[in-house]
Amino acid sequence: MTTMRSPWPMLALLLLFLLAGSPFIAGAATETGGDEAPGRKLAKQAIKRDKRWITTDHTKHDVLQKPFMSGEEVTQACLSCHSEASTQFHKTIHWTWLASGDKKEPKYGKAGYSVNNFCISANAMEDKSCLKCHTGWNGVENDVNCLKCHGMEKFNYTEAFADIQAFAEDDDPETKEIMAEIQAEVTTAVGKIGLPGRNNCGECHFKGGGGDGVKHGDLDTSLMKPNKALDVHMGIDGKDFTCTRCHTTTNHNIAGRIYTNPAVESSKSLLEDDLAPKITCVSCHSDAPHKNDSKMNDHADKVSCQTCHIPEYARINPTKMSWDWSKAGALKDGKPYHTKGDLGKDIYKSIKGEMTWEKNVTPEYFWSNGTQTSTTAEDVIDPSTVVEVSHPVGDANDPNSRIFPFKIHRGKQPYDKVNKTLLTPLLSGEKGYWTTFNWDESLKLGNETLGLPFSGEFDFVETTYAFPITHMVAPKDKALSCTECHTRDQGRLATLTGFYMPGRDRSPPVDSLGWMIILGSLGGVGLHGLGRFFTRNGRRKNHE
Amino acid sequence: MNEKKIIKIYLYTRFERFWHWLQAIMIVALTLTGLEIHGSFSLLGFQRAVNIHNFVGLSWLVLVAFFVFWLFTTGEWRQYIPTTKKLFAVVVYYSHGIFKGTPHPVEKSPGAKHNPLQRLTYLGLSLLLLPVQMVTGLLYYTWNDWAGLLMPLAPVAFVHTLLAFMLLSFLLVHVYMTTTGHSLFSHISGMITGWEEIYETTTIEEWELAGKRK
Repeated sequence: MTTMRSPWPMLALLLLFLLAGSPFIAGAATETGGDEAPGRKLAKQAIKRDKRWITTDHTKHDVLQKPFMSGEEVTQACLSCHSEASTQFHKTIHWTWLASGDKKEPKYGKAGYSVNNFCISANAMEDKSCLKCHTGWNGVENDVNCLKCHGMEKFNYTEAFADIQAFAEDDDPETKEIMAEIQAEVTTAVGKIGLPGRNNCGECHFKGGGGDGVKHGDLDTSLMKPNKALDVHMGIDGKDFTCTRCHTTTNHNIAGRIYTNPAVESSKSLLEDDLAPKITCVSCHSDAPHKNDSKMNDHADKVSCQTCHIPEYARINPTKMSWDWSKAGALKDGKPYHTKGDLGKDIYKSIKGEMTWEKNVTPEYFWSNGTQTSTTAEDVIDPSTVVEVSHPVGDANDPNSRIFPFKIHRGKQPYDKVNKTLLTPLLSGEKGYWTTFNWDESLKLGNETLGLPFSGEFDFVETTYAFPITHMVAPKDKALSCTECHTRDQGRLATLTGFYMPGRDRSPPVDSLGWMIILGSLGGVGLHGLGRFFTRNGRRKNHE
Repeated sequence: MNEKKIIKIYLYTRFERFWHWLQAIMIVALTLTGLEIHGSFSLLGFQRAVNIHNFVGLSWLVLVAFFVFWLFTTGEWRQYIPTTKKLFAVVVYYSHGIFKGTPHPVEKSPGAKHNPLQRLTYLGLSLLLLPVQMVTGLLYYTWNDWAGLLMPLAPVAFVHTLLAFMLLSFLLVHVYMTTTGHSLFSHISGMITGWEEIYETTTIEEWELAGKRK
C-alpha cells in the first residue's frame, strides 16, 4: 500500500496559477479596472470643465457702441482695455510671418526667403493677395486686426469700411443714412467678441495655398462643422473642440509647429507638466494611452499616434497632390482658361499650370523628430534630383524620432539655372505672372522683391513639400490594424528601412537555413519511415 | 521463436506526463503563432497571434520554474546526464538495425528512461535551445525597455527565428520517433497512460510492476 497522495490537486493548483498568473505577468490585469483605456480616461478628465465661464459681455461696453469709421478705430477701442494685446501680438509669427522673432534674421517664414511648391513665395509681402490673410488692417505697418481672430461674426469689414469712408465724403442725407446703417451693422458685428473659433482659424488655415484644401490635406473647410467620423475631437456631434482647445496660447503665441521648430521639444502629459501647451496627443492622452495589456503602448516610443489613428486624410474634401508650373501659360483664343477634373477641382489653369487632386489619401510615412528641413530661395539646390523643399528630419536610431504620416505635395517649379536656386515669381498685381504670362519678367521682379539675384536663365525642377498629417483623427475603430504595417509586402511602412519590424522583415539566410532544416527533417523521417515500411521493420525476415 | 514477452511498467509519473503534454501544446501554439507573426502565413490574425504568443511564452517561463523544481527535488535530473556508453550502438540501431528487426540496444527502465541519444538531445534542448529561445523571446518581448542599449532587434529576432525552426525540426523528428516502439502507438500511449511497454527480460524493481502498484 502506498501512502502517496494523488498529485491532481497540485496540478490543478498549477493550472490555476497558469490561468490567473500569466495574464498578470503579461500585464493584462488592469489596476484601474473597467474597460476604459487609461489614455481616454485621462483625456476625459482634462476636458471635464468644457465650458469657459466669461465675466464680460462685449455688447455692453460703451467703447464698442460708437459708430466706427475705420478698422483702426475698432482696434483702438479694443486696446483701450486690452492695453498689451497689440504689443504681444506684434511679436508673434501670426504677425511677423517669420520663424524667428528677430527681423534681422528673415531667412525662414512667409515674409522671409521661405518657398513652397504652391504659389512659391509671398515676395516679402509684395504680393497683395497675402494681405487677405495677414492679421493687420492694412499691411504690416498698421494696427492689428483683432477681429480676424476674435470676431465671432463673419463680416466683411474691409468692404464695409471702404464704403463708410467713401460715403463720409458725400453730404447727401440719403447717403449718410446708408452710411449710418452700415455703421450700425459694424457695431453689431464688433460686439460679438470671443475666443478664436474654427471659422476664424479656418478662414486662412483651411484655405492655405489659394483655396480650400490646397495645402495641408488634413485641414480644409470640412473641419468647419465636422462630424466625429471625420475628426473625433472636433466633431460637433462629439467633443466639439475648437482649434485653440489643443493650440493653447501664451501671450498671443499660439502653440504649433513652425518652419524651424517642432510644436514642442518633448511630449509631456498634463500629469508631468500641467502648464505645458496641450498641442500633442500625449498632453491629454499620456504616453501609454492604450489598455495596460496592449502591445500598442509599446509602439508609442517609435510610432506617432497619428500614424495609426489617421488612416487617410482629405476624407471629405479633395486636396491638391501635385502642381506643375511648367505647364502654365497655355491660352485658348488668346485667353486664359481652366479645366475641371472628376473631383470638381481645376486640373488645369492657365495662370497656375497642371495640377492633380485626390480624396481619401493614404499618407506617406517618414521618421520625424518634429522638425523639417526648409529650402529657401537663398539655398543652392541640385536640379538633377527631386528637390525636397520641405522634408521631415528624423532617423530610426534617434530616440526623439517617430514614424509620422505626411502628405507629400509634388511640384515642378522654376529655378535659376546659373545660381542653382529656386526662383520666386511675382504672381499677382499688374506686373505679376497671372496678368502678363511672362516668366522672365515675373521671375526678375519676384526675386527683386526679396533682394535675391536672378541670372535670367531658368528652367523647371521637380520638388516635394511635406506636410505633417495630424488633424482628422478618426474614431478608434477606424485606427489601422496591425497588418497594415506588419506584413511581408506592400505594407504602409514598406519604404522605411534600417530597423527590424516583425511580420515584415526577415533574414533570408536564416529563413532559408530554417526551412532547409525543416525540409531535411521531413525528408529524413519520410525516408526512414519508408525504409521501415518496406522492410516491415525486419520482421518478415524474423518470421521466415 | 526469438520474440520476447512484452510487459508494461509504470515509467512516467502524472507530473511528467502533464508537463510533457503541456509543453507539447505550448510548442505547437508558439510555433504556429510565431510563424504567423513572422509573416509566413495568415491563420489567426496578426494581433491575436501576438497576444497568444506572448501569453503562452510568458506562461512557459513561469512553468519552467515548477519543472526545474520537480527535477531537482525528485532527482530526475539524473536522467539527463549525458553518456557515450552505447550511444554509437543506438545510432547504428536507428540507421541500420531497425530495418533488420534487431532489438533496441537500450531498453527503457525507470532508472534510465532515455537512451543515450535521447539524453543528449534532451540535454541540448533543456540546456541550450529552450533557454536561449526563452531569453531571446523575453528580450524580444521587453525590447521597448532596453531598445538601443545593447543591440538592435534584428539579431534577437534572427536567433529566435532560427531556434524556432530547430524546435520545429525536433518536434517533427520526435513525433516520428514515437512510431518506432513495439507498435506504432505504443510510445504515445506510454506517455498518455504512464505505462510503457518493455521486454520482460529487463530488470525491473518490484514496486514498478503493474499488479503491485496502486
